[in-house]
Amino acid sequence: MTSPRTQVLLWGAQRISAMVLAVCVIVHLITMIYAVRSGLSAAEILGRTQGSAGWFAFYTLFVAAVAVHAPIGLRTIISEMLNWRGRGLDLLTGVIGLALALWGMRAVIGVFSGGGA
Amino acid sequence: MENIQVRIWRGDEAGGFQDFEVPRQESQTVLDVVTYVQRKCDPSLAYRFACRVGVCGSCAMTVNGVSRWTCRTHVSKVAADNKLEIAPLRNLPVIKDLVTDMQEFFDKWARARGSFTGSATRKDGFARVEPQSKERKRVDAGIECIGCGVCYSACDVVTWNKDYLGPAALNRAWTLVNDVRDTARTERLAAVAGDAGCHACHTHLNCTERCPKALSPTAGIAGLKRAVLSATLAGEI
Repeated sequence: MTSPRTQVLLWGAQRISAMVLAVCVIVHLITMIYAVRSGLSAAEILGRTQGSAGWFAFYTLFVAAVAVHAPIGLRTIISEMLNWRGRGLDLLTGVIGLALALWGMRAVIGVFSGGGA
Repeated sequence: MENIQVRIWRGDEAGGFQDFEVPRQESQTVLDVVTYVQRKCDPSLAYRFACRVGVCGSCAMTVNGVSRWTCRTHVSKVAADNKLEIAPLRNLPVIKDLVTDMQEFFDKWARARGSFTGSATRKDGFARVEPQSKERKRVDAGIECIGCGVCYSACDVVTWNKDYLGPAALNRAWTLVNDVRDTARTERLAAVAGDAGCHACHTHLNCTERCPKALSPTAGIAGLKRAVLSATLAGEI
């Protein structure tokens, strides 16, 4: 079981990651709508993202915020809905956070380095 | 006037509703209806009340699905069609009929360190607290709690997490955190921190919506969340 101190820090991390996500989601949606409305093809979009340090940094931050935010929220949802608390749940949601980070970064690297995702 | 069709919970958790018919009267409260049933229909009906004027906080029940104080709830307000369903408060064990076991509710006040801890003795003078100070205003906003349990009954987080301290205990803790005379601030913040404390609140605002004294435990809990996080980051917790 996590200590109350850790629980508070998790709560703080979830709030801060939510603020980051709010900005990231808006930027992501605007970019997506812009790309679709301008009639850019997938190849043209990849042409712009590949090698772009700015987009790489942006989506790395996005993935990091998701990997922090989602498992903490999931931990609360599971504990309340399934009445499951303790080390097992902390471990499961920790693994989910790690998996999100790995899959997310795999996609980011795939899109920005040109290697197959 | 016509009659009210009343369904009242009977027995313990495994009980069921029993139907009664009660004459409708002007300015009738839900507590009046329950009292009529006990005095005229079935003297074995168990329920709690004391002051009948919204001070003691002992007559709260679930009326047509909503947690309310019954002594100040007029039938006309909640039963326009003259139908009433009266049940015990949610989230608390039912002892019998409309009487719940309030022990866990008040035990959680103790767990949240809901008692004042001072440093002054009887030889010291009165503490001077500026009425317009930020702390005093925060205390004023939450201090009128009568401990009726309506917020606890209305809170979904209590339903989902039996360890959760609940709105009333946290509201009490918030008033003490803002009491400049109190000396147990850090211990209290530690007591209300984390998954069973203020950070479990989802800000549904059910407690604020239902509080018969128009308090906002949600606002106090939000204050506690910030105060606890600050104390944690400062290494005090």
